[in-house]
Amino acid sequence: MRDKKRSPLASTGLHATLIIAAVVAVFPPLWLLVTSFKPKNDAFTTAPVTDFTFANYTHVLAETSFLTWFGNSVVIVGVTTVLGVFLAATTGYAVSRFRFPGMRPLMWLLLITQMFPVAVLIVPLYNLMAGLGLLNQPTGLVITYLTIAVPFCAWMMKGFFDTIPVEIDESGRVDGLNPFGTFWRLVLPLARPGLAVTGFYTFVTAWAEVAYASAFMTGEENLTLAGGLQTFVSQYNNDWGSMTAAAVIVAVPAAAVFAFAQRHLVSGLTAGTTKG
Amino acid sequence: MVAPVVLVIAVIIGYPLVRGLYLSLTDATEANVARDIGMNHIPATYTFVGLDNYTAVLSDGVFWSRLGWTVVWTVACVGITFALGLTLANLLNRKMKGRTFYRLALILPWAIPAFISVFTWRLLYNEKHGLLNKLLQGGGIDAIPWLNDPTWAKLSVIVVNVWLGVPFMLVALLGGLQSIPGELYEAAEMDGANAWQRFRNITVPSLRSVSSTVILLSTIWTFNMFPVIFLLTRGGPGDATEILVTYAYRLSFVDSPRNFSSSAAWGVLILLMLSAVAVVYRRALRKQGEVW
Repeated sequence: MRDKKRSPLASTGLHATLIIAAVVAVFPPLWLLVTSFKPKNDAFTTAPVTDFTFANYTHVLAETSFLTWFGNSVVIVGVTTVLGVFLAATTGYAVSRFRFPGMRPLMWLLLITQMFPVAVLIVPLYNLMAGLGLLNQPTGLVITYLTIAVPFCAWMMKGFFDTIPVEIDESGRVDGLNPFGTFWRLVLPLARPGLAVTGFYTFVTAWAEVAYASAFMTGEENLTLAGGLQTFVSQYNNDWGSMTAAAVIVAVPAAAVFAFAQRHLVSGLTAGTTKG
Repeated sequence: MVAPVVLVIAVIIGYPLVRGLYLSLTDATEANVARDIGMNHIPATYTFVGLDNYTAVLSDGVFWSRLGWTVVWTVACVGITFALGLTLANLLNRKMKGRTFYRLALILPWAIPAFISVFTWRLLYNEKHGLLNKLLQGGGIDAIPWLNDPTWAKLSVIVVNVWLGVPFMLVALLGGLQSIPGELYEAAEMDGANAWQRFRNITVPSLRSVSSTVILLSTIWTFNMFPVIFLLTRGGPGDATEILVTYAYRLSFVDSPRNFSSSAAWGVLILLMLSAVAVVYRRALRKQGEVW
C-alpha cells in the first residue's frame, strides 16, 4: 500500500468504477427485498414500494408449507453440520499428524471429490437410498450432504492442524493421554477457528443445495427450502410475491452466518492449498 | 485413528463411485432396476453390457455439442470472473475512503444462497414484466427474450454465474495482494518502474499461488455448476444452455423412462475430463516451480 496522492481524475475514476461494481453486486438482492414488500400484483412494477405491505410474509408463513420446509432444512442442515465438522476434524487431524502409506493419494482424493459431478454420484446414491428406504427421509439427505462437505472440509482442517505445533501433541502423550484424548482435549480447542470455518462451509453448502434435494425429496411435506421455493414459481404457478418473501427469509440467516465467517473462509482455503 | 476415517470416506465416497462406474457398464433404466410395487419386490433385471453406453454416448452428436457449450461456458465464466475479480481486488487494495463499504457491498452476492440469487435473476430477466426489459422499454429498445432465445439465454446464464463468482475471486485475490510486502513496490518505484511494470513483475508473480488455486477450483465448480443452469433455464430453450452435468441429471431424473446407466456413463466421462484437466494443470504448475 502506497501513500502517494492520487490525481483528482484518478480518484474519480476509482470511485466511479467501484460504485458501479457495488451497485451491480447489491442491486439484485436489494430488488428482491423491495419486491417482497409490494402487494402481490405489483411484483413486477418498476417503481419502488408504493403500498408497503407485509402481506407476502404473512401469506408465506401462515398459508403455505414454508415453515415445514424451513424446519426440514434446519434439521437436515444442523445434523449435517455437526456430523460433518466432527468427521472433517478427525480426518484432517489424521492426515496432518500421522504419516501412513497412501497418504498423498488420500489428500489427492479429498481434493478430487470436489470434481465429482452430481451426475456420477446421484444415481448410485439414489438407488442406494431407495434400497435402504431412505428416499424422502431427512437421513438420506444428511448422508448425501456429508459426502459433499466432508472431503473438502477435511482438506481445509489439515491446513489448520498443520499450523499447530506437534510439541503440543507430544506433551499430551507425556501426560498420559491417548491419541484421541490428545486430539480432543488439547488440539481441537486450538483449532477452533478452523472448526468455525468448516462448520460455516458445511452449513452454507447444505443450506443452498438444490440437485439432491430436488431428486430425493418428493412429498410436499418433506421438501427442503431449495425444493419448496421452486413450487412457488413453476411452469404452472407464478406466485412471485410469496417467492420473494420466502427468499428473503431464507437469505437472512445464511447471510448472517456468512458475514460472521467470511474473513476466515478464504484464509482456510488458502491454508489448505499452500500447505497441502 | 486413521482407520475409521478412511473407512468412512471409503463408504460415503467410494461406494457410490464404484457403484456408479458399475451402473455405467450396464443397461439399467427405470424399467429394470430393483423396485417395490405395493407389496411385491421386483428384483433387478438389468445386465452387464460392457462399454456399450460409452460408445453410444461418444458416437452421439448430443454429447459433443453439450461438451462444446460446457467448455465455452467454463472458459467464459472463469475468464471473466477472474479478470473482474483481479481488477476489483487491485482497486480495493488501496487506501481510500469507503473501502470497507465497497468491500462489503462487493461480497454480498456470496452471502446469499445461490438458489435465492438465481430466483431473483429470473425475476429481473422475466421477458414480459422483468425489470431489465422495463428499463430497455423506457429507453425505447425492444424487449429482449433473455431466457427464451438460445443466444441470449447463454449470455444470461453466464452473466448470473459471473455475478455469483466474482466475490470469491475478489476476496481470495485481495488476500493474496495484501500479503505482498509493500517494500517490494517501494524498491521498484525507486528503480523507476511504472505502474504497469510493477503490476507485471511484482503483483502477477506474487499472486501465482493464490490464482492457480482459485482458477482450478472455479474451473471445477463452473464445469459442474448445476443450480444456475437448472434453476434459471432448466437447460432450455431446447437444450441450448444444457451443460454436461444438467444433461446427465436430466437423463436420470427428468426424462422418462429414467435412464440410469446412460446418465452414469455421462457422469464418469465428466469425471475423467476434469481429472485430466487437474493433472495437466498441476503438471504445468510444477514446471513453473510451483510446489503445490
